[in-house]
Amino acid sequence: MMPHAQKAAIFNKDEARTDWHDASLWMVRKKRDFAVSEIPEWEFLREFASDIKMHTLSKLDDYLEAFEKAAIQNGAIVHWAADAKEHNDIVLSILNKHQAKKMVKSKSMLTEECHLNEFLELHEIEVIDSDLGERIIQMLNEPPSHIVLPAIHLKKEEIGELFHRELHTEKGATDPQYLTEAARHHLREKFHTAQVALTGVNFGIAETGEVVVCTNEGNADMGVHLTPVQIHSMGIEKLIPRRSDLAVFTRLLARSATGQPVTVFTSHHRNPKPAGEMHIILVDNGRTEQLGKPDFRSSLKCIRCGACMNTCPIYRRSGGHSYETTIPGPIGSILTPGIDLKKHGQLPFASTLCGSCTDVCPVKIDIHTQLYKWRQIVSEAGLPEAGNKTMMSIMGNGLASPSFFHRLGNIGRKLLRLFPGKERFLSFTVWTKDRDLPKAPVESFREWYAKQAKDAQ
Amino acid sequence: MKVGLFIPCYMDQFYPQAAIATYKLLLKLGCDVEYPEGQTCCGQPLANAGNEAASRGSYLHFVTMFEKYDYIVAPSGSCVYHVRHHFDTLDQTDAVKKVRAKTLDLTEFLLDVLQISSLPAKYPHKVGLHQSCHGLRGLHLATSSELVNKPAASKLHELLSMVEGLTLVELDRKDECCGFGGTFSVKEPAISVKMGKDRIRDHFSKGAEVITAGDMSCLMHLEGIISRQNIPIKVIHIAEILNSDEI
Repeated sequence: MMPHAQKAAIFNKDEARTDWHDASLWMVRKKRDFAVSEIPEWEFLREFASDIKMHTLSKLDDYLEAFEKAAIQNGAIVHWAADAKEHNDIVLSILNKHQAKKMVKSKSMLTEECHLNEFLELHEIEVIDSDLGERIIQMLNEPPSHIVLPAIHLKKEEIGELFHRELHTEKGATDPQYLTEAARHHLREKFHTAQVALTGVNFGIAETGEVVVCTNEGNADMGVHLTPVQIHSMGIEKLIPRRSDLAVFTRLLARSATGQPVTVFTSHHRNPKPAGEMHIILVDNGRTEQLGKPDFRSSLKCIRCGACMNTCPIYRRSGGHSYETTIPGPIGSILTPGIDLKKHGQLPFASTLCGSCTDVCPVKIDIHTQLYKWRQIVSEAGLPEAGNKTMMSIMGNGLASPSFFHRLGNIGRKLLRLFPGKERFLSFTVWTKDRDLPKAPVESFREWYAKQAKDAQ
Repeated sequence: MKVGLFIPCYMDQFYPQAAIATYKLLLKLGCDVEYPEGQTCCGQPLANAGNEAASRGSYLHFVTMFEKYDYIVAPSGSCVYHVRHHFDTLDQTDAVKKVRAKTLDLTEFLLDVLQISSLPAKYPHKVGLHQSCHGLRGLHLATSSELVNKPAASKLHELLSMVEGLTLVELDRKDECCGFGGTFSVKEPAISVKMGKDRIRDHFSKGAEVITAGDMSCLMHLEGIISRQNIPIKVIHIAEILNSDEI
């Protein structure tokens, strides 16, 4: 796997495009700022949502059982999947049971996490992602670069070209309305011929056993309404206790995600259609393990709004693909090291720890503190991202020793004085590729202070 | 009231003028201030790189050096944040607790402890203020732009407003990170430099002659880019502005 830094460096080679990507996401952040400024109790809502989530997580086993019971009473069929493989097998078994060969999906990060599409395609099932952004990247055979705006890394010219190739739209067309209309017609046919629809879940309500799906395009509803069999894949952390708790989250979610007061559709799915089947798959896939880590437990509060990506100065300048994870950006960098430390252990270092993610998070996850804590774990595991342990330990002893410390500092400063402008040839190459080193002064503060003290005597 | 002055390691060697300004400003305001010469480093560079365990010795040394003071003042929100927030891994002895509670950034010391409302400072220049992240979101020296509903406050703005002749420029992005990030600056040089360039452009395009901040580390990074690209703008630590009577 290519390191994040290297991918970021490649992304930055086209500076104009980096600026465009940064500006697109910053615009979303500004829309969010405006939307939340209209809510006087915003900070209270964040705290409230955080409390509800922490409470739910603290009794997750009870709430999951309550949810299952209520869902069964509603006529749904509830499945439990310990990992991605189990989840995918369950989906396939449902499809096989109905001899279905075509499935429409609405945007679901969980099925991305489980790599469901690839799995089903191996079993000759046609899966169509029905969210416009997801459809675009599916046509390109790319993963989403953002959890809410999956094709944010693409320009409309590129989408026009893709649609010309795939959907035979006019060559050179870039008008978003025209292109969207073309996608609508294309998708309409898919909706009509699919036998099964799968959606993600934004919230599962323990009290009622219903699932809530928030979309702007109505594609989740379209799929569910037109097919006899509906499947809802849900991470176990998506639960909230009561329906009355939901409003806290719907007020936070869309404002944080896109600056909308609420998503266009907030659909509650509770019962199967007459003669239809409703399946709910509850997926763990590493979540209980994360729940068992006190320092990282609260990362499961995440409601997948993407605000931490939009605000992250690194994400905006490196793009979602640079993280090579299903969930990119700050939240992904604290969720994924727990899944595979060796593979994702570098991600907690792809941050300046500026803390903007923590302040923007609608459920108050202390993301940057958790990034810092993951760094410690990466170091304890002896992974190279944290540097050579023996060297660090020697440095640590040095920093605790005044004489060593002062000598080292003075040597460094004097070296720079001896070689002014030549520092590029010293061992500071990474710093000095595009930056100069500070000009070394004649005397340090310590030396100045010592003279002062002497003069005063 | 006895004040112990902590000067971050890189400031001691490379930016003594900012450290001198801090010291002289505290003297000017009547503080009994002392620089314990045995001091080393707060330990942040190693800890942020994931080696908190290796920094333990420097944490303990910091506590030993400073426990006798009523307040420990540093011209760096970042180091102060590290002491206050990350010394939680030490056994919380009385000395550790005291040092953590009494270690303050210069700006909060001036406003919250000394409670100054005016300064004999003059700096007739157009200045862009960079809000260093650890001071901003770690120490809450200002309300970050994400927390839009709280009454916005900023200690650095408040102090700069006391300086005669100084004009602050309005930025497009009032508190975006400069891209330094300690270990980040060498681990991710491409984005680090790009972030710095973008910050400088924001300040420069608004007519700032000078970029100031509460942390010299952000300014060292920005200065490195400014110098390489020959951009006619300077960096200066806020202590130098607050201590200046005329330039």
